[in-house]
Formats: sequence, structure tokens, C-alpha cells
Amino acid sequence: MRSRLCFAAALLVLALGFGLSLIIGRYALSPVDLLHSLEGRGAPEIRAVLLQARLPRMIAALFVGAALSMSGSAFQSVFRNPLVSPDLLGALSGAAFGAAGAIIAHGSALTIEISTFLGGCCAVGFGFIVARLVGREGVLPLLLGGLISSALFTALLSLLKYLADPFDQLPTIIYWLLGSLAQTDWPQLVVLVPLLSLGMGVLWASGRVLDVFGLSDDEARSLGLPIGLLRLAMLAVATALSALTVSLAGIIGWVGLIMPHMARLLIGPEHRRLLPFAALLGACCLLLADTAARSLSPSEIPLGMMTELLGALGFILVLRQLRREGRL
Amino acid sequence: MAFLSLDSVGFARSGRVILRDLSLAFRKGELVSILGANGAGKTTLLRLMLGLSRPETGRVLVDGKDLSGLSRQQIARLMAYVPQNRDVLPPYSVAQIVGLGRLPYGSLTRGLSDQDMSRVEAALALLGLADLRDRPCTALSGGEYQRVLLARVMVQDAPVLVLDEPLSGLDYGHQIRLMALLEQLAREGRLVIMTAHQPDLVYRHASHVVLLEHGRVLAEGQPETVMDSARLAAFYGVSLRHHDHDGQRFFMGGDEKS
Repeated sequence: MRSRLCFAAALLVLALGFGLSLIIGRYALSPVDLLHSLEGRGAPEIRAVLLQARLPRMIAALFVGAALSMSGSAFQSVFRNPLVSPDLLGALSGAAFGAAGAIIAHGSALTIEISTFLGGCCAVGFGFIVARLVGREGVLPLLLGGLISSALFTALLSLLKYLADPFDQLPTIIYWLLGSLAQTDWPQLVVLVPLLSLGMGVLWASGRVLDVFGLSDDEARSLGLPIGLLRLAMLAVATALSALTVSLAGIIGWVGLIMPHMARLLIGPEHRRLLPFAALLGACCLLLADTAARSLSPSEIPLGMMTELLGALGFILVLRQLRREGRL
Repeated sequence: MAFLSLDSVGFARSGRVILRDLSLAFRKGELVSILGANGAGKTTLLRLMLGLSRPETGRVLVDGKDLSGLSRQQIARLMAYVPQNRDVLPPYSVAQIVGLGRLPYGSLTRGLSDQDMSRVEAALALLGLADLRDRPCTALSGGEYQRVLLARVMVQDAPVLVLDEPLSGLDYGHQIRLMALLEQLAREGRLVIMTAHQPDLVYRHASHVVLLEHGRVLAEGQPETVMDSARLAAFYGVSLRHHDHDGQRFFMGGDEKS
């Protein structure tokens, strides 16, 4: 009953947020404009604002928020730690390095997206290799591998910034790193939305697998599970998902950390229910944050900066709850 | 006929020998208790029995089959395990945790069937957990959580139960009740193997005792023949007396000065 109420409330907020987001912005629209445009009889400039600018980035916000939140849920389950986020294994540092490399090489938008995704995957792959060198089993070697990989790719990113043209490339890199959905267009969505949907579908279908990571490795093995293999498989999917979000929106912090935790507080830890609910919360959060980012000031506030601000406040709530549960 | 046996098993870690040349054989219907000082190799021995570590020498046989030739799932259908270090799980409900016992039978992909659920309900009822079925495991006492793990092990429906220090952290009443339950499970035909540090309770309930010292078997057999105060005193390195009363043996610590 409680979970149905939570789902209904989240869907209502999402629907209201979607409606508001359609009409709010630097080019404010009235509900009448919106209805006329949907019927295909509005002014061409209003239709252009809606269909070519606003709607693509709103859809991107929904999918990126949902994917980050599901990816974060998976990471928190695999590492048995509610304070873990998708960048733990260096995915975001690697993706940022990949994007900066493509910007310096004067790559096209598509090249930057591909390079971003590959950078994220390379960083996590490097983290896995380090983990194998450090130790064979458990989550600690993975944590160490991720730490080392993050540090390495952050250093490489700094090197690229140092080498970048300070008048042209450096500002592009810095703005890109702040995260934004301003450049989202339909061709991007046609490629990335099916991939994000696939990744999220795989995670949801693996809900029962994510549930068993609460067990110790010995317990899981004694129950017949190849826990090491399952851990790698889940991390690979969750990493690919977060690297895809970076390709679409740049680095969006905190959503993957805070939203899964809030979802868990409201709906419980069982992943078959938790994952879709976390996705809904993530989608709501990023849609509202992006709407605020493009509406609050005459010049757009970077989305990553907006989520950092909201995340810092949300994190205080999370910490209070963790303390109440005796897990801190 | 032995259902679980170790044949000249040896194990070393980082160059240090943990277990050496162990040969043991246990039958169904036995409650086996392994006693040993801290660091004697009890947990390592259990891990080898369960196939969680591989012996460097020798072999482990279950139901006549070499453990190294069995898949993890096959082993899980033969042996259920409650480890010593029990991590704090996310707040799953009691029924969900008990339901994890059906994982060796494919519940990970298909979910719990009606038959699985009836096994869960039966185990909850047997262990007096029916009223707690929807309670999060984080809201349980140590004794309640131990019973939940036992219910999970029973739902796993394996002929061998392996428990690493199941009495630790339980009050005396829970210790007595748990030992009585394990004895009953053994009487019903299971092989129950546990490690413990409570000689009185072991003497009363176990049918087979193994004294493990520095990775070797010091003595094994029925409690009456293995557990006398002189041997246990040498075993634990303290002075010890025992007193027999009404078929039960009570061990009392001696005159150690701190």
C-alpha cells in the first residue's frame, strides 16, 4: 500500500513537473500556447522552442536522472554502502578525460560523445585491472582500484587542461565539465535513449541479483551464487549506464548518490521495487533541476552546479537518516 | 557410512600452515562440535568442508563425491552455512531473508514459487518467527536474527548444516534453546557441524566432538570419551575441574591468577 502511494505521488510530481517545465523558461509560454502548439496550430517560433529546444532537453533530463539514480542504486548495493555513487570506480573521471581529449582533437559532437563513453569504460577497466593486482576477492580491491583509476584520470584531465588552448578549448572543456543539457538534440536522443533504456531494463531485470549483494561473499557462495561474476556484471552495466549519461549531459553529480537513498527510505531495499522508484525520483529531480537551471537567471546556470547545490542539502537529510538508522 | 569426510587435508596461508593432515569422517544424524582455542583453524576447517577454500593437500568428500568436482550450486544443495561474521544486511524483511535459502534451487531468476513460500512459512513457524515475518532484520535482537539465519538454512533443505560459532552473542537461554534445536535437527537425520566455545553445552548436546589444536586433531569421538577436565585443561592452557551430575558434566575454571 505504502509503495503504491509512493509511486502514485512520484508520478504525479513528475507529470506536474513535466507540464511546468514545458511552459517555464526564458521564453515563457502560457498553457494556451502549449495547447495550441500540441494541436499543431501555434506560432512557428513557439513550436520551435517547444519541439526543438525544450522537449529534447526535458526528455534527456528524465532519462539521465533515471539512469544515474538506477546506476547509483546498483553501485550502493554491490558495495553494500549507501554513500557510494556511480563515479566510485573512476567512470566520471575517465569520461571527463575522454571528452576533454576529443575537444582538444577538435572532434565533432558525436566524436566527443563516443570518446566520453570510451573514456569512462577505460577508467573502470583500468580500475578492475588494478583491483585484480591488489587482491582477488571482495569489494575492497575494487574500491582501491577505483580510487587509483580516478586519481590517474583526474591527473590526465588536468594535463589536457594544461595543454588546451586557453582562449578556445579550455573554456569549452570547463563548461562541458560543469554539466549541461543545453546542446541536446533529437539525433542524440535517438541514439542514446534506447541505450539508456536497455541498460536500465537490464538492471531492473537483475533486481533479485542486486538484493543478494547484502550477503557476505561466503554466504552468497554457500547459497550457490557465483558472486564475483555477478558483481562484475552488475558493475559493468551500471558503469556503462553512467558513462552514457556523461556522453549526453556531462558530469552531473549527486543524483546517483542521493536519489537511491531517498527511494530506499521511502519504499524499502528490495530492488525490483526500489529501482523503478529510484528512476522516477531521479527523473523528477533532474527535470526540476534543469528547469530551474535554465529559468532562474538570464544566463543559464550549469546543470551540474545546480545538482551540486541541491545535493549538498539533500546529503544532510541522508546523513541524518543514516544516523537515525544507526548506520553512521 | 560417512556422509562427509576429510582425507589427509592440509591448508596453508601466506606460508603459514593452518591445518595439517586432517582426516575426519562424519555421518548423518550426528551433531558434531569442533572445539579449539582462537586461531586453532576451526573456521578454516569449515571453509574447506564447504568448498569456500581449496585444500592444498588431500580431499573433501560429500556423499561419496569429491567436493572439487561439484559446482557451487550442487554444493549449496548439499551443505548450508551460517558464517561467524554476520554482516548487517539492508533492512530486508525476515521472510525475504529466509527466502534467500531457496537460491540454490533457481529462485534468483524465477522468484519464489508457491512451494518455496510454503517452505519459508513452515521454517518461520518452526522457529517461532511467524509473528516477525514482515519485520526488517535491522530491528531484530541477536537471538532473533540467529533464528532467522537458522530458518534460512532450513529452507535451503540441505542434509548438512555448518554453523560457525552459532552461540556467540546469544544469552544463556538462547544458547540452550539453540543447542536443543540443533540436536533435534541431527536426530531428524541431518548432519550438523558447528564450532563452539561452550564445553558444558557441547557435552550435553553434541554426539561427536573434535578437539582442534594448532591445525591438528588432538582428539575426537563421543563427548564422554574426549571431554575430561585434564585433557581440556591442557587444551585451553588453564586449570580446570569437572563435576558430573545427573548425566551432565559441568566444567569449572580453576585457580588462574590474573
